[in-house]
Amino acid sequence: MNVDTIKNGLVIDHIRAGCGWRIFKWLGLDGAPFTAALIMNVPSRKTGKKDIIKVDNIIDIDFSVLGFIDPNICVNIIKDETIVRKINMELPTRVQNVFQCKNPRCITATEKYVPATFLLVDKTKALYRCEYCDALYTAGEGGVPVETRT
Amino acid sequence: MLKGRHLIEPDDLSVEEINEICSLAEQMIVDPVAFQDVCRGKILATLFFEPSTRTRLSFEAAMLHLGGSVEGFADAQSTSTSKGETLSDTIRVVSSYVDLIAMRTPKEGAALLASEYSACPVINAGDGGHFHPTQTLTDLVTIRQLQGGFEGHTIGFCGDLKFGRTVHSLVQAMCRYKGNKFIFISPPELTMPEYILENVLLPAGITYETATRLEDVIDKLDILYMTRVQKERFFNEQDYIRLKDSYILDKSRMKLARKDMIVLHPLPRVNEISPDVDDDPRAAYFKQVKYGMYARMALISKITGCL
Repeated sequence: MNVDTIKNGLVIDHIRAGCGWRIFKWLGLDGAPFTAALIMNVPSRKTGKKDIIKVDNIIDIDFSVLGFIDPNICVNIIKDETIVRKINMELPTRVQNVFQCKNPRCITATEKYVPATFLLVDKTKALYRCEYCDALYTAGEGGVPVETRT
Repeated sequence: MLKGRHLIEPDDLSVEEINEICSLAEQMIVDPVAFQDVCRGKILATLFFEPSTRTRLSFEAAMLHLGGSVEGFADAQSTSTSKGETLSDTIRVVSSYVDLIAMRTPKEGAALLASEYSACPVINAGDGGHFHPTQTLTDLVTIRQLQGGFEGHTIGFCGDLKFGRTVHSLVQAMCRYKGNKFIFISPPELTMPEYILENVLLPAGITYETATRLEDVIDKLDILYMTRVQKERFFNEQDYIRLKDSYILDKSRMKLARKDMIVLHPLPRVNEISPDVDDDPRAAYFKQVKYGMYARMALISKITGCL
């Protein structure tokens, strides 16, 4: 399958297979006025298969959120059909308003103006804690957090 | 320097600051009259968004014994919160009237949020099942008075370890001293939260045991910290009824304990300590109440900058 090369834009590579659509939607590419392609189940030597997003435009991305969604992602910046920069994602030390704390007793559940903020406490376990109530979450597949507090 | 600082969780105080507060509390226990005017002209607001007779009265008595004044509320229903006012607005308003706020809410993280909007220091007097640092100071003053120090103890925590904020706070505090060991005694439904095990015990390299029967481990303990199964923390009353009498400390179980063990309890108790234990010299929970007031007196006088 061929997708045209990009003149100026982004290639979001090494997305965990199956998670591309969530990122595609989060970036608002489904309603974008420029060309964007979501390629799913691309063969990958590292992971067997992966998803790729190609965007024919330079857009602003919050890399901390993208890193939380999938820290294995690599974003290639393309200018004049050449990769000018590769940006490898990593788990951000802090994420804000990506998801809501699920603890019903957390102050953020009632005081809606408070930004839902989570701080990285363990990089190897991808473990985050709610800044207010300390509830723990693991950044799960595609950035869907898994509540680990018992 | 504690002047002007918030106290949201036990870790907000360094080991040196805890020692400083405990030493001052001990001086106040010996000669309370010497401190009766140190906070004259200062006002404490007690903002209690959920009922608590004991902690509120302890804070108020502490401020009054220091010569200061007190205002506040004991029930969220009588405040603008019931009209839909945000916590941040309530705190902005109250903190413009007073020198210090002591605040209790059922919401975890509420005291931290309040501190972000307050013009005066905020003391967390309990936020849901989260932290209760002044109960921890109370427990520490009691342990230092009755067991001579904070190091080398085997401490058993018994009862509701899941929602028991006093337990979480004391564990966090005692992790900072050398040679302490913990035994967590609870039904499977009320075990210590993962975040305490992951965030507090693991980084401190503290080992712990778990048990489901108090009588299996009571002979190992220097300190037994009993807790109440709190009805207000359950969404399902059936679960509460099933678990509320999981542990009852009585004379027969006290016979299995060491002669120098002390029994602490944050109070109020329901059934978890039988009244026949009250006369046992190892029952320290009523002394603990009095030490709590002195701990709060010491804290208030430091945070307001009066001492």
